[in-house]
Amino acid sequence: MSGTGQDKAAKTGRWMIWLPLVLFAAFVALVMIGLFRPAPREVASTLIDKPMPEFDLPPGLPGRPGLASADLKGGEPHLVNIFASWCLPCRVEAPQLERLAAMGVPVEGISVRDRTADLQQFLATYGDPFERIGADDDGQVQLALGSSGVPETYVIDGKGVIRYQHIGEIRAEDIPMILEKLEEARR
Amino acid sequence: MKHVLAMLLGLIATTLAAPAVLAQEEQTAPYAYRQLDDPEQEARAHDLMVTLRCLQCQGQSIADSDAPIAGSMRSLVRERIAAGETPDQIRDWLMERYGDYVSYEPRVTALTWPLFALPVVLILLAVVLLRRRFRSGRAAA
Repeated sequence: MSGTGQDKAAKTGRWMIWLPLVLFAAFVALVMIGLFRPAPREVASTLIDKPMPEFDLPPGLPGRPGLASADLKGGEPHLVNIFASWCLPCRVEAPQLERLAAMGVPVEGISVRDRTADLQQFLATYGDPFERIGADDDGQVQLALGSSGVPETYVIDGKGVIRYQHIGEIRAEDIPMILEKLEEARR
Repeated sequence: MKHVLAMLLGLIATTLAAPAVLAQEEQTAPYAYRQLDDPEQEARAHDLMVTLRCLQCQGQSIADSDAPIAGSMRSLVRERIAAGETPDQIRDWLMERYGDYVSYEPRVTALTWPLFALPVVLILLAVVLLRRRFRSGRAAA
């Protein structure tokens, strides 16, 4: 009787001896998955479906209107493009913004940490699709919007609520999706 | 020496090329590189800045990073501290916009609680195992 009990104990002992190795292998597997899975580099704003923070930016160009959050509550959806003359992908994106503006989409700009002369040159070279451009020289409105880089484009509905954030440049293939988001914002 | 020469050449090349190729990113935020006048406020701002993550470089705190957006964030922290906000209010304001990502200060959430619970569980397990071992040792003697 006691013999079988000891056998049983010996058996569980033999099985138990592998447990640390199994745990260690599981740990290594976990670390490997974490190491080799590409980490997300984008930091998305958590303000989606929340009202646009209040702001009132001075004009980026003399003689043109600046941008205030009140301008975005007119009942029609807007695109708000965060851009800068020093930003290379913004140049890639410029023709797509022009296309959207040509389709009748109101495109507003917020230029981040920029200079008037640089901005003028940028718009003269790559096109100017903007109805208004607010100059966010110290980058505080960018932070208020939860934007972590340039370019980023927000879809704002007619009540001034953020409906979508596009991180990175808008490419030709993104246009249908952007139009759909604008259509959703209209509803 | 070769290295230094290459670096110098590179420096000259970039300073020559930069204005033509790319406009410089301007930093006009007032407190990006300026400390607050009140040392006590500056100390509080600095303690907060070392626990906030730069959004572009992502591996550095905004106190360590030279990225322009980190400068904007430092200015935000200092201006708000000077205006009388508490560090926790500023952290919450940023986390409202960027999520947990922006903060280096660990928090207990539905996702992170196992990290805090596991050491306690392991210590308890060790105590139980050791007690059993000592007891069986005494029983054998």
